[in-house]
Amino acid sequence: MNWEQWLLPAILLSSFIPGIIIFALPEERHRLRTVLNLCGSILKIVLILVMDTGIYFGYNFEIRLSLIPGVELLLNGDPLSALFATLSSVLWLLTTVYAIGYLEGSPNRSHFFGYFSLCVTVTIGIALAGNLITFLLFYELLTLTTYPLIIHRGTEKSLRAGRNYLIYAFSGGAVFLFAVVALQTIIGPTDFTGAGFSPSFIDTHATALALIFILLIIGVGVKAALVPLHGWLPQAMVAPAPVSALLHAVAVVKAGAFGIIRIVLDVYGPQNLLLLGVLPLLAAVASITILYGSIRALQQDDLKRRLAFSTISQVSYIALGISLVDQPLAVIGGLVHLVHQGLMKITLFFCAGNLAETLGIHRISEMDGVARRMPFTMAAFSVGALGMIGIPPTVGFVSKWYLGLGGLAAGNWWVVLILAVSSLLNACYFLPILIRAWFGKQQGPWPDELYSGRFETRFMLLIPPLVTAFIVIAAGAVANAQISPLAWVRFIVRKYGL
Amino acid sequence: MITTLLYSMTGLLLFAMGLFTLFIHSHPLRKILAVNVMSTGVFLIMVATAYKPMPLGNIDPVPHAMVLTGIVVSVSVTALALLLACRVQETSNLDLLERKKQARIPEESRR
Amino acid sequence: MISPIILPLIAGLLCFLLNRRTFAIALAAAVANLLAVCFLTYQLLLFGPMRCHMGGWQPPLGITLRSDGPAVLMLLMTAVTGLAITVYARGYFSHRILNLRQATQHQEQQRYFWPLWMLLLAGLNGLFLSNDIFNLYVTLEIIAIAAASLAALSGKPASQLASFRYLLVSLLGSLTYLLGVVFLYRSCGILDLDILQHHVANGPGIRAALALMSIGLLLKTALVPLHFWLPPTHANALAPVSVILSGLVVKGSFYLLFRLWFEIFTQLITPSALNFMGTLGAVAILWGAVQAMRQHRLKLMVAYSTVSQLGYLFIAFPLSRIDESIQVWSIVIFMALGHACAKSALFMVAGAVFLHLGHDRIKDLNGVRASLPIPVFAYGIAGVSLMGLPPSAGFIGKWLLLTSSLTSSQWWWALVIITGSLLAMIYVFRVMSRFFVIPEDYSVTTSAPLSPLLEWPALIMALISLFLGLAASWPMKILATGNTALTQVFPGGLP
Repeated sequence: MNWEQWLLPAILLSSFIPGIIIFALPEERHRLRTVLNLCGSILKIVLILVMDTGIYFGYNFEIRLSLIPGVELLLNGDPLSALFATLSSVLWLLTTVYAIGYLEGSPNRSHFFGYFSLCVTVTIGIALAGNLITFLLFYELLTLTTYPLIIHRGTEKSLRAGRNYLIYAFSGGAVFLFAVVALQTIIGPTDFTGAGFSPSFIDTHATALALIFILLIIGVGVKAALVPLHGWLPQAMVAPAPVSALLHAVAVVKAGAFGIIRIVLDVYGPQNLLLLGVLPLLAAVASITILYGSIRALQQDDLKRRLAFSTISQVSYIALGISLVDQPLAVIGGLVHLVHQGLMKITLFFCAGNLAETLGIHRISEMDGVARRMPFTMAAFSVGALGMIGIPPTVGFVSKWYLGLGGLAAGNWWVVLILAVSSLLNACYFLPILIRAWFGKQQGPWPDELYSGRFETRFMLLIPPLVTAFIVIAAGAVANAQISPLAWVRFIVRKYGL
Repeated sequence: MITTLLYSMTGLLLFAMGLFTLFIHSHPLRKILAVNVMSTGVFLIMVATAYKPMPLGNIDPVPHAMVLTGIVVSVSVTALALLLACRVQETSNLDLLERKKQARIPEESRR
Repeated sequence: MISPIILPLIAGLLCFLLNRRTFAIALAAAVANLLAVCFLTYQLLLFGPMRCHMGGWQPPLGITLRSDGPAVLMLLMTAVTGLAITVYARGYFSHRILNLRQATQHQEQQRYFWPLWMLLLAGLNGLFLSNDIFNLYVTLEIIAIAAASLAALSGKPASQLASFRYLLVSLLGSLTYLLGVVFLYRSCGILDLDILQHHVANGPGIRAALALMSIGLLLKTALVPLHFWLPPTHANALAPVSVILSGLVVKGSFYLLFRLWFEIFTQLITPSALNFMGTLGAVAILWGAVQAMRQHRLKLMVAYSTVSQLGYLFIAFPLSRIDESIQVWSIVIFMALGHACAKSALFMVAGAVFLHLGHDRIKDLNGVRASLPIPVFAYGIAGVSLMGLPPSAGFIGKWLLLTSSLTSSQWWWALVIITGSLLAMIYVFRVMSRFFVIPEDYSVTTSAPLSPLLEWPALIMALISLFLGLAASWPMKILATGNTALTQVFPGGLP
């Protein structure tokens, strides 16, 4: 067994083992817990960077475990998994720091951080999955590990949100399982080979394969919050802010989007999908989601709910980009938005959490003039918001630019129209917040002044959003350089031969 | 052959009668007796099966062995069933007493 | 090969006669049983299936024992679960004697529990190993007697009534089975399973035999609509007894039924007969799950969950076929093993909760997570196997079922299976969310802490059911070796 085989399980274990240890720790050992958490995440980032360099230079990372004939667990490191894994691990580190600060003084932290670590393990497992069965395994485990985080507060509302989440997620999982079994009976083992299956199957089983594609997309679409499967996401905002930040900006929703990418590029392959003609359906659903999410976001007064609907809308950019799979530019735009949206959305959620934790602000109507009190937080928030709207030099602009170019190149002018309309709507629901915060006048005392000190809020709550905001600008500015996410996405697209 | 048939039919008849009683009657003792009758029916059929041409005479010893084993099993099972029926009776009596006591107390407190 | 039967028998007698150090005797027997079964597995992998002629008598006169793939796997399941039950029962009884009132009554219960449990273990091992249809009747009766007595141990009025009904139903099942045996003997003159395989041909007597034996065994396996006795019996029994009943006893009669259908009566099996069993199984899955969702008591919910999970075993009837890669027994083995481990864990958790709180009403289970973290964790993991989520054994079984149903174009079974898992999710998480919520005014109750003997067996069984899926290649390997032709014959009573 050489290091190429051991690297992938090691990456998974680097957060699994700390998670198990943290479960066994008593509540009071918070220093040990913090050390474990941080060491685990730094180790994971290091290992993943090693994997990234290896993949760039052509190493092959793979490990297999055969269960029964036809069911094989496969972990595989290819450029796409490297993208998602790197994003998840970096953002996990930041969210861990944030969560440590956020939950200071809350009960049951051992359980929380235990499940947190398990959740990240499972997300990386989704990234590294090498076939549909492994993907399914980690996908279902993701539901199980995120449920305790959602109901962490233990209130009636969080229970209801958790129950809703389970119903959606497990139903989606059941549909996904059915589709995977059906697909496997038709075409055999479904390894992610980067080319899809042989086109000869389409001659005999066209309708079945098209139907299975729809079922697969429904299965992952629940987590990716495609309309009308998005109902669980706004309710799940009742969870603590670190949970919302990581899960719904990065882990769960991105896992769904990642699933769509894998299905389109690896399981079916662009050629087969063009033959089957189901992509317009995906594009239509994505477009509807983009517009619906933005419109619903306009109507929300609760800050986190507005951000939730914004997530629903933005993640569908990824689906839209992928659905135009014959246009490499559009695919680039979609893939790179995976990274960019994660960065921007997590910034926004961090800031929302800061506002709630420091000043008790949950609603936008309470945010007048808050920038005077918390300038750094609002600066980070503004960067994130401007990125969402798509203003250069933020990364949001880069992804929209590529999506638009791809749409134009295909002659699909409606793509540009949707991009324009949604950017306009984004501006409509983000700019008022910024205007209120920066230029508004404080209307009476803050709802709940929970913190007063030298800095505007706790140290650990302030650093993560600033870091991510900085990356949002930096990655956009150096987008054309060698080490930006965009360059890696170009690498991926080259590998897929698009 | 006719005798064999007669015995087998009687056995089946016993089995059916026992089955009927088991379903219809609710008294525990009747049910236990019904099960006994059913097992007797089965044993009778087994004995009838023993009559067949064999190298050493017309008797096949294997069904006899089965019947003997079956009788032993039936005895022990009946013993257990009777014990359980007694227990059921006792505990349901106790239950009834408890409930009567509880019903009487509110009456007395009212006076 | 005979030691799995003899050892528990001797241990049971010793426990009853000596009445001192009963736990040590029982534990020793359980461990020895496990070791013997492991040795048997090892022999199976080396030599293939083996027969053992008891007392040196050859069939058709003598009684043989056979060890092949499915038998060994069921023995392993019984041995491992049995060890966990032994440890758990010790913790259960000690806790009751030390901490609750009516200590003498609990001591009486413990006194009779160990011999009866050992006898049941001997009976189960005998059932899995026997190769003679009448001997199988005897083992069925041993199991019935021991199980009914165990069910009546708790002394509550409800349990007395339930166990009396259980005994009568078991007897009815055994007698029907015996009548089937008689018919079979009349037609073929053979009692040995191996020889019967070649002699069974289609005919009215054989068909009657099949019908009778099936009905008898269906009664004992509690397939809908013959399941009415199971929920009261399992729910009112003591927690270790519920584990035994749900995890092991129902599997025994199912194993026998499956073996009869697919080895002896293979020529008589028509697709409509298989579909009939499958339909009953489908009804069982859905009905059991719906009933489980409606229960207010935890133990009743778990009992109805057993009814539902047994339905999966029966859906395997129309879907088991001999393939190059998938054995006939594979679906049933994975579902049975997974269910045994998961259900034992669930009942153990229910028992622990009951001891801690004094009741098992679901709506009052809030916040148990704080005081009983390990049992709640075990419950969650066991629930994963029940829901059929990867990588548990339940998932492998479900995967095989789904693959089989879609490949043979009987896709309606697939829909039932998927609906069943979603319903399972509902009733598992209904309790799980109660466990997780810690209300604001929650104070850890001042009852005695539970001994680790009560908590760890549940967790270990749950983890086994979870990771059995990952180790799925081993059962498949054992099943594959088990279906080769007769190779080794051991005269006399070799261990």
